[in-house]
Amino acid sequence: MPASIILLLPFFSALVILLGHRQLKGAAVLISVGSSIIAFLASLVFLATDDDNKLLLPFIDVAHFHAGIDVLIDKQSRGMMFIVSFIGMLVHIFSLGYMKDDEAKPRFFGALSLFMFSMTGIVLAGNLIMMFIFWELVGLSSYLLIGHWYQKASAAEACKKAFLTNRIGDFGFMIGILLLLGANAGNVNLLDLKTAFESGPLRPEAPGYSAGFTTVAALCIFLGAVGKSAQFPLHVWLPDAMEGPTPVSALIHAATMVAAGVYMLVRVSFLVAASPLAAEIIAGIGCITALMAALMATQQNDIKRVLAYSTLSQLGYMVMAVGAVAMAAKHGHGPEAPDPGHPAMFHLYTHAFFKAMLFLGSGAVIYACHHEQDIWKMGGLRKHMPVTFYTFAIGTAALMGFPWLTSGFYSKEAVLDAAFNSGWRVLFIGGAVTAALTAFYMTRLLIVAFMGKPRTDSAHHAQEAPMVMILPLTILAIFSIFSAWDGFANSLQALKPSHINAPGEGHTVLIASLIALIAGAGGAIFLYRGKDKDPVSIKLFANKFYFDEIYAVIVRVCQDRVAWIVTALERVFVDGIIARLPSAIVARLGAATRMLQGGHLQGYTFLLGGGVIAVIYLVVFVLPRMGN
Amino acid sequence: MSVLEIIIALPLLAALAIWLGAPAHATSLGATLLNLLIVLVTTVQYAGKAATGLAFTYSRPILDNPSLSFAVGADGVSLILALLTTLVMLAAIWQIQDRPAIFYVSSLLIGGGALGAFLTTDVFFIYAFHELALIPTFLMIALHGRAEPAQRKAVAWKATIYLGAGSLVLLAGLAWVVLEFSGGSKLTFDLEALRNQAKLTPLADAKQAQIFFVLLLGFGSLVSLFPFHSWAAPAYATAPTPVAMLHSGVLKKFGLYGLIRIALPLLPQGPHVEWVQNALLLMLLGNILVMGLVTIHAHRLDDTLANSSVMHMGYIFLGIAAGSDIALKGAVVLMFAHGISIALLFGLCGRMRNQLGTLEYNKLGGLATHAPAFTVLFAFGAFASIGLPGLTNFAGEVMIFVGSFTDFKAGVMSNLQWTVILALWGVVMSAVYMLRAYRNIFHGSPTTGLFMIDPAFSQRVPFIMLATTLLVTGCCPWLLLNLMKSAL
Repeated sequence: MPASIILLLPFFSALVILLGHRQLKGAAVLISVGSSIIAFLASLVFLATDDDNKLLLPFIDVAHFHAGIDVLIDKQSRGMMFIVSFIGMLVHIFSLGYMKDDEAKPRFFGALSLFMFSMTGIVLAGNLIMMFIFWELVGLSSYLLIGHWYQKASAAEACKKAFLTNRIGDFGFMIGILLLLGANAGNVNLLDLKTAFESGPLRPEAPGYSAGFTTVAALCIFLGAVGKSAQFPLHVWLPDAMEGPTPVSALIHAATMVAAGVYMLVRVSFLVAASPLAAEIIAGIGCITALMAALMATQQNDIKRVLAYSTLSQLGYMVMAVGAVAMAAKHGHGPEAPDPGHPAMFHLYTHAFFKAMLFLGSGAVIYACHHEQDIWKMGGLRKHMPVTFYTFAIGTAALMGFPWLTSGFYSKEAVLDAAFNSGWRVLFIGGAVTAALTAFYMTRLLIVAFMGKPRTDSAHHAQEAPMVMILPLTILAIFSIFSAWDGFANSLQALKPSHINAPGEGHTVLIASLIALIAGAGGAIFLYRGKDKDPVSIKLFANKFYFDEIYAVIVRVCQDRVAWIVTALERVFVDGIIARLPSAIVARLGAATRMLQGGHLQGYTFLLGGGVIAVIYLVVFVLPRMGN
Repeated sequence: MSVLEIIIALPLLAALAIWLGAPAHATSLGATLLNLLIVLVTTVQYAGKAATGLAFTYSRPILDNPSLSFAVGADGVSLILALLTTLVMLAAIWQIQDRPAIFYVSSLLIGGGALGAFLTTDVFFIYAFHELALIPTFLMIALHGRAEPAQRKAVAWKATIYLGAGSLVLLAGLAWVVLEFSGGSKLTFDLEALRNQAKLTPLADAKQAQIFFVLLLGFGSLVSLFPFHSWAAPAYATAPTPVAMLHSGVLKKFGLYGLIRIALPLLPQGPHVEWVQNALLLMLLGNILVMGLVTIHAHRLDDTLANSSVMHMGYIFLGIAAGSDIALKGAVVLMFAHGISIALLFGLCGRMRNQLGTLEYNKLGGLATHAPAFTVLFAFGAFASIGLPGLTNFAGEVMIFVGSFTDFKAGVMSNLQWTVILALWGVVMSAVYMLRAYRNIFHGSPTTGLFMIDPAFSQRVPFIMLATTLLVTGCCPWLLLNLMKSAL
């Protein structure tokens, strides 16, 4: 019951707003916010429900292919559901303030409801077809919300880019689903697939087993996650997605939707575990993304972009953890008893709170500075916006992994543990360097935006944000600290790994991460304290390794140029030759057309009339004789 | 007397009445609305029964030898297409404004011809009704097309040559089929009799392949199968709006219907003989990949829509090539979905051209600001054709893809399955051209001088009807699948 409420309530909210968005006006906002609050309450009930997998709605049911809206309720989905509906509700409330003066408020809240519906569908999905359906729908809601201010060319381009980049990922995802579906007799139910891989026809000992097939299927599915979770090389859409309103960035492009790729990979972890090669590639891609994005973040000046690259980097962390856990299990370094926790899911959980908090905090700052986003035009905000500052500082501490006090520390240690045990030393080193860079760029952000003196008028006149905005910030700040505590984490079903920093590891992980934190934060304090402009300038990082430029060339050459050539060829050959041929014949027959001199009009009536007459002639005279 | 005869006759009678002087708008709208209701009731009735096999059959003998009769009958496939026809007819006729009576008459004739082709069960009449529907299509392009007279006549002429040639090939193929399968001493055109004979004495695979290939070329060129497609884009871009809606949405489905209704049951092995299958896969890849790229290159909305319509036929052919039960039902669902979505898009495109006078992307922009309802309706069509889940096209496409992987053995990919993977790239390409179009037309700041506001509510109704159909059958594709309970 709670599952259907959480799923369908936002759907009806979106539908009502779509149908009556001009008549409803303010009521649209209330419907959307109300539905998010009820969904949150239902998700609290949902936390305590038993595992119960059932078909909610039919979809396609033909021959041996059954795809429906059926839910898989377990610890993973209950925990994820809480994160989504909790942060969703806070973002709805925050938006009441942030979007107060927006003309298209009903459209915004309608799309927000659509997003909640789609995201809930991903969380509950019991089979891969349903996962794909909602996977695409979050893409749509993300498109609508990034393009909320579609009059701006940059927003219009950004939403298109986000959708298309995700489509490339979905291309792989669909192939992966088809491969699994073909191999498992049309059944892509998650539980059945798990059985098939662990003890059924797809297990390694089974006759006809193909390791190559398993790897290809796993990598195709992974490609879906690469798109949605913005991993290298499909990461380019996420920074541009910051063109959307800031609450959207917090909810969709930091806490929930972009984490869907990680969630999906954890859902199909049996598949990742079945292919060591795929696990290594996944861990590698995650590590590259984490490191590369952290480097880019060090040179960004837009407050939201710093956070966006930080999100990329943290998503890379989670993806790396997914691969590393599977690798560790293969190397026998995994925990002896089956550990109910998963470092990737645990980091997803803590990250959702503090990153949503940071984004909402940046939203409060942007709101206060009259839509100024350049951190070098801020400064001194600590005095003007104390609550925002302190909550932002807590979020920063959590993201840096400030030891023992913050939730981020525990989840980061869990990820580094997994990397340490994976058997690839480079993963661990990459993770530690990323941690140092994270500390560096977040400290830089905090110092430049909040410390020192205001550098512009808008920063000078900034005022604390209104209550509806501060309240979500405070709640999320509390979660940023406490969410990793055992009591909290267990009751919210956060999949916390049972032994973080286990003593057997000789404290290597702990020492490395403390050094990283001190080096990163210390370096940033040394470089940026009291500065009015950036003392460091590294073009390569500031320009994001020129990925956008390279891709623009690829699109121009591989798509537009090829399209131009193909079009020309099509004109010449198909149109020119195949089309000329019959008309040439007709022209040779000449008399037939010339006879009808009034142009072509009579020509074709004649031709077609001729066709019908020919049929009748055949039917009545020719065929009977041939038959006999 | 069968209810199907009424369904076929109503639009034709309405056309006659208008010709005799009845008020065009009221008569055609009334007749179409009534016809839609009758089709809906009939469909519900059919679903209420076992929903298998032919129903509502009735036969009026005309000739004894060869045995020819005006026979009607419908199963789920024909009813889904009849529903499509009446929905698109209603929308196409409803959106006509300030046009001479011939617009109404031609729409009624095209629709009536299509209904006749979908609901009769005699090969002769199936063919003849389709020809009947084609004639007004050409005439309307030539007489009222949206181009200079010389140019529109050339476009109409080109379409005539292609479709005329296609029809003749088709005729040869049908004659071949009739000769092969007319059991006993008497020739018959009755599809049921032919099917029974095909079941009793199936032809050798090699022969099936030959006949199937001829039918494929004939039916295929009516559906713009690559490389016999180049009539389609200029014809749709030039055709008056209701004609573009009806031909691309409905009449073009005739070729596919013929393949599913006539070619596949009579020649079940035809598409699976290797050379035919490979040829079909190559041609449909031409539709998807070549036409996908051509569509990306388009600079005008009507060009984009016309080419995309050619491209999407590739997916339906893919369903036919796969041939499994799931894939064929997916193909039918996609025929319905494509018909509704392309009619919606062509309808809106026609409105835009009337109001703005141009469809060039680089002259448009920011329409969403002043015409929000119009934008939402267009988004339904655009996202449906991209294959967004929740709208019907997705259900059809996914069934075709899944149906191509039913006999998959891990590690071994058949040609069909490789084709599916290439075809999936087409899904990315459709997103590219549709979102480019959407961004250029609706996003951005409004262009000065080009100004458009939402149509009045009564003028929105036909489009709302089509969008709602996409949403309802998209969320509940089982509504359509319930009409096809027995295997195709």
